Amino acid sequence: MSEKAIRVHDLGKEYRLGALSSGYRTLRDALAERAGQITGRAPKPSREILWALRHVSFEVERGQVLGVIGRNGAGKSTLLKILSRITEPTEGEAEIHGRVGSLLEVGTGFHPELTGRENIFLNGAILGMKRTEIAAKFDEIVEFAEVPKFIDTPVKRYSSGMYLRLAFAVAAHLEPEVLVVDEVLAVGDAEFQRKCLGKMSDVARQGRTVLFVSHNMSAVLRLTQETLVLDRGSLVLRAPTPQAVDYYMTSGLAQTGERRWATDEVPASARPFQPMALRVRDERGRIAERVPCTEPFSVEFEYELSEEITGLRIGVYLSTSRGEPVLTSFDTDEPRAFEQHLSRPAGRYISRCRIPANLLNEGLFVLGVNASSFRIRSYFTDEHALSISIDGTGAPGSHWPETRSGPLRPALAWEIGEAG
Amino acid sequence: MSTEATAPATLIRPSRGWSALNLRELWRYRELIFFLTWRDVMVRYKQTLLGAAWAILKPFLTMVIFYFVFDRLASVPTDGYPGPIFYFSGLLPWILFQEGVTKAGNSLVTGANLITKVYFPRLSIPLASVVSGLVDFGLSFIVLVGMMVVYGVPFSARLLTVPLFILLALVTALGVGLWVSAMNVTYRDVGHVVPFAVQAWMYASPIVYSVNLITDPLWRWVYGLNPVAGVVMGFRWAILGGTQFPAVLVLESAVVSLLLLASGALYFRRMERTFADVV
Repeated sequence: MSEKAIRVHDLGKEYRLGALSSGYRTLRDALAERAGQITGRAPKPSREILWALRHVSFEVERGQVLGVIGRNGAGKSTLLKILSRITEPTEGEAEIHGRVGSLLEVGTGFHPELTGRENIFLNGAILGMKRTEIAAKFDEIVEFAEVPKFIDTPVKRYSSGMYLRLAFAVAAHLEPEVLVVDEVLAVGDAEFQRKCLGKMSDVARQGRTVLFVSHNMSAVLRLTQETLVLDRGSLVLRAPTPQAVDYYMTSGLAQTGERRWATDEVPASARPFQPMALRVRDERGRIAERVPCTEPFSVEFEYELSEEITGLRIGVYLSTSRGEPVLTSFDTDEPRAFEQHLSRPAGRYISRCRIPANLLNEGLFVLGVNASSFRIRSYFTDEHALSISIDGTGAPGSHWPETRSGPLRPALAWEIGEAG
Repeated sequence: MSTEATAPATLIRPSRGWSALNLRELWRYRELIFFLTWRDVMVRYKQTLLGAAWAILKPFLTMVIFYFVFDRLASVPTDGYPGPIFYFSGLLPWILFQEGVTKAGNSLVTGANLITKVYFPRLSIPLASVVSGLVDFGLSFIVLVGMMVVYGVPFSARLLTVPLFILLALVTALGVGLWVSAMNVTYRDVGHVVPFAVQAWMYASPIVYSVNLITDPLWRWVYGLNPVAGVVMGFRWAILGGTQFPAVLVLESAVVSLLLLASGALYFRRMERTFADVV
């Protein structure tokens, strides 16, 4: 089993920040720049350079399913884009043995005016399937997508669920030797996600090589044995998946107790919302990264609005280090609070919530935040903003030295009495 | 798939300077080119009320306008042919060129979601845009044949050369389209320039007038540098015949067309590697 499917050596990709943020240039800019260079008058344009990926080397054996995790901007997508030949590396090289299929998005090239049948052929061709291959799998695809009745209806009349199922069905029937998958599972309802995961593990069992990028830690844990951890463009760890996930959840989130956002860290699409900081404070108001489970603590999110926002709600997510959700709560959950803060004028705010004592089990938890107007717009989301560790000392039942399963360990009221 | 003993190896590394055209890869993706062309055609006809009728109405109404303005009002000579068929036989290859350039020019920008999500030879996108114009062309060609019958133009062996001029029109459109599409990705203002430039180009081509207006051989030679001139004149000759075949001019235009195509393809390939990052 020494056959290599993917060999990556010293791979790097550089982006010019100026070019990135403005997207495209106008001819006038380019001409002015040229003219300036010729006359020697204008200073050379000083563009900031960002290495989205640098000095990354690894190998993947044939038939291996390798996970890739990291924060947003760690270089995961860049890596996948280079391996699927969408973009070229700036340095280094990669060698891939076998046909590569990349799934960076489902439904690429779907056209709303075309029917389901037409889109299956079009999308299949775009993903690199032969016409005969698509025709042979056509029935299977339709069945998997559960849309046989609507196959000759334009997909613009599909519900979003049907659309997604059809899109994934085509992709799932692609049979390359090397499959590159990015966040495909982040969409769809729970039922659909289960189906996708099932299909993914089938693919893995068939002995194909898979590179799987996801934010969903439990999916990574379920599908892969080994995982790469990327951080700021570098490969920081390659380890068995449970170990890699632990590492990512702990040291990957270096700033415990407080997470601050710099202005340039926040995508422009968040405006007028600007997150400032997320903090965990213990009972005495000190910023803490470790809190005893027997004491309450508070989570505070500081943010600035450059304009008034109507219907804003700030959400806090709590999940385990494995990525399983524990709870979601919003600052305007209480109807009274909702009415009182229907609109928030420009300014700086803190939304604070209190997590009661004797609720969480010991272990590592991850806090996420979200700012949105319900069903109107999502301004900002960071699902892995901060990690916090809960100290189990003095927890209910701690006189028995054993670990308890489950993310919660609440102090419940028990009664013991004689039956009858 | 395990039956394949030796899996083909793909080497990914930064490329520098000018890269080869890699026509073999383009050929391997011929089905995709077919599907993209087919999509362009399907979508165009599905979204419109009159559907395929537009393919005929557009050149036909333009011809009617030309007839009133240039023939009846301005009396621009039409080499002795009835105005309508003279204009229509010039408009057909022109529209094939014009639509090709316009659609190919925008094709990469409108296809941005494909470029950033999947790999395939990028050349297939503008290529499909240009080729999809053939369907419209075919429909209005039927009208042209009808007009030939009405005006009593004899069907001669010259008609056999029609495909040659269609090919030349496609080559020219692709050549210009490749330049425009690649530039459009980086410099979005190219998109504003194209409609205007194309309109000016039409008047620089022998659509509403005959090239016989130019008698000075030097100026005729300069005129022939416009690749569309050769396409239009050759096509019109194949349909209407009559005058001598403008061999020198057509040959000259054909050479310019091929140069445009070659340079366009090379420029495209050079810019291609940054498409996904910039578009």
